[in-house]
Amino acid sequence: MVADYVDWLRREGRIVIVGASLAGLRAAETLRAEGFAGELTLIGDEPYEPYDRPPLSKGVLLGKASPHHTELPHRREIDAKWRLGVAATGLDLTAKRVRLADGDEVAYDRLLIATGVRARPWPKETEARLDGVFLLRTRDDAAGLYQRLKAGPRRVFIIGAGFAGSEVASACREMGLQVTVAERAGAPLVGALGGVVGAVAADLQTENGVDLRTRVTVTALEGDPVGRVRAVHLSDESVVEADVVVVSLGSQRNTEWLTGSGLGAGPRGIACDAGCRAFDFRGIVTDDVFVAGDVARSPHALFGYQFLSLEHWGNAVAQAEIAAHNMISPSSERRPHLWVPAFWSSMFGVNIKSVGVPPMGEELMITQGSLAERRFVGVYGFQGRVIAAVSFDSTRWLEFYQREIERGAPFPVEYLTVDRRPEGRKPVPADFPDPSLPTHGPTVTLSGYSPTERQLVFTPAH
Amino acid sequence: MRLVVDLNKCQGYAQCAFLAPDVFAMHGEESLVYNPRAEEEQRERLARAVAACPVQAITADGLDGAGDGAASGREASDGR
Repeated sequence: MVADYVDWLRREGRIVIVGASLAGLRAAETLRAEGFAGELTLIGDEPYEPYDRPPLSKGVLLGKASPHHTELPHRREIDAKWRLGVAATGLDLTAKRVRLADGDEVAYDRLLIATGVRARPWPKETEARLDGVFLLRTRDDAAGLYQRLKAGPRRVFIIGAGFAGSEVASACREMGLQVTVAERAGAPLVGALGGVVGAVAADLQTENGVDLRTRVTVTALEGDPVGRVRAVHLSDESVVEADVVVVSLGSQRNTEWLTGSGLGAGPRGIACDAGCRAFDFRGIVTDDVFVAGDVARSPHALFGYQFLSLEHWGNAVAQAEIAAHNMISPSSERRPHLWVPAFWSSMFGVNIKSVGVPPMGEELMITQGSLAERRFVGVYGFQGRVIAAVSFDSTRWLEFYQREIERGAPFPVEYLTVDRRPEGRKPVPADFPDPSLPTHGPTVTLSGYSPTERQLVFTPAH
Repeated sequence: MRLVVDLNKCQGYAQCAFLAPDVFAMHGEESLVYNPRAEEEQRERLARAVAACPVQAITADGLDGAGDGAASGREASDGR
C-alpha cells in the first residue's frame, strides 16, 4: 500500500520545492535523475534562477567574475515549473498547499523546504537605510557593493569579522582601499575556529593593512544631511569616518513564513530527522514535508546526535540529494544524511578549510606545520576523540583527518605526522567563546536537544 | 558557459589554471578563483580543465556528462 503510494508519486505526483538556490536546484536534479516523472515546481523569492553565492564575496569583489553571472550549471534537464520572484508566505499542512506572496496557492503531494538563510540586517532601521550601508548575501547586494568599491571610497568599515566579513576585508585591501574591521570577539573567525586560530587570522588582517578593532561593538552609524553614511561610532567611544559600511553579522533562517503552520520551525531552523523529514511542533515526524540546506537542522550520529544547522555549500548539495532520494523512495531504501561538515574560505591569499565541527572542540593540537608560518593543520578534540580539523594552506591533508573524525580516532592524537613541530605535541584549549553569548554567525550552529532547553514555544494561530 | 567548482574537493593542483588561464587563476598558493561564466570560445580549454582536474571538482554546462540539451534553452532566457 505504502509502496503503491510511492510508485504513484514517482509516476504522477506533484512535488513542490520552496527555495530556488543551490539546495533546491540539486534536489530537483536528483528527483529527475532518480526517475521522478510527475509535476515539479520550484518557488524562489529572488527573480533569478539558481546562482552560486560563494563567488559573491570572493571572485566577484576581486573583479574576476560578474555578480550577475554566477548562475549554477545544471547537471541535467529538470523540466520544472519555475515560480521565481515570488516568496512563499504560508503553508497549510492539512490541505497540502503552499501560499504565495501574490495570493496564489500551489498544491503538493510532497514538499521540500530549502528556503535557506538571509543576511542579518543592521538592527537600527533608519541607520540601515543610509546610503553606503550594505549587506552581502544576494547577487544584487554584491552588484551594489562592488560598484561602490570600484568608485574608490575613502574608507570601508566592516562590522563583524566572520568569514564573510574577513573575505570582504581581503578583497578591499586587494583593491587598495582603506579598511576598518570591528569584531565583538577577541579576534576574527573566533566563533567558527576558536581563539587560537583566530589569533592567526588577526595577524593576517593587520599585516595586510586592515585596521582591526576587536572587543568592540558598533553603537551607531552616522549619516550626513543627504542620507549618506559618514561615520561609525564604537563602544570604546572612538569614531571612524567611513563612506561604505558592510554589515556582516551572520544570518537568519528563513522560517517566518512557516509561523502557525504547525511545523517545528523557528529561529534555529526547521528540525528534521536524519532522513530529512521535517518534524512538526510536537516532535512528530511528518510524512510529506522534507527539508534541506541552510534552513535545516538535523541530528548527526558522528556528533552525539546533536541537531546541527550547517550553513555550508557542501551540506546544501549533500542534504538536497539525500532529501530528494528519500522523497521518492520507500522507507527501506531511504538513506540518512551523514555528511561530514566541511567548508572553505579564502582571504589574503590564504586558503582556509575545515572538516568536522570545530566549535564542539575543547582542545586543539597543531599536528602539522606551524601557526607562525600560517601553514598548518589543527585538530580539535572533544571528550577524547578527534571531532574536527582546520587547515591553512594545507588542504591536501584534510582527507586523512576526515577519516580520523569518521572513525572516532582518539585525541590527543597519538600518531606521527609529516612536518610535526614541538609546539604541536601538547593540546591547548581551543578557546571558543561561551556558546550562551551572542556571536557573529558561526558557520555551524549547535542546537542541543536537552529537556532543559525549552526555548521554542508553539502557539497556534487559530 | 556556466561552471562551478566544488571547492571542498579542490586541492589546489592548479591544472585548470594552466589549461584555461582565462577562466581559472590561483590566488595565493592553493586558493582558486574562477569566472563562473566562461566565454564560449573557452569551451575547448575548459573541457581540458574539467578532464584534467585530479579531484574532478569542476562541473560545467555540457562538459561533465550531463545532458548537452540542458544548456541551450537557458541562455536565451537570460537577458543580462
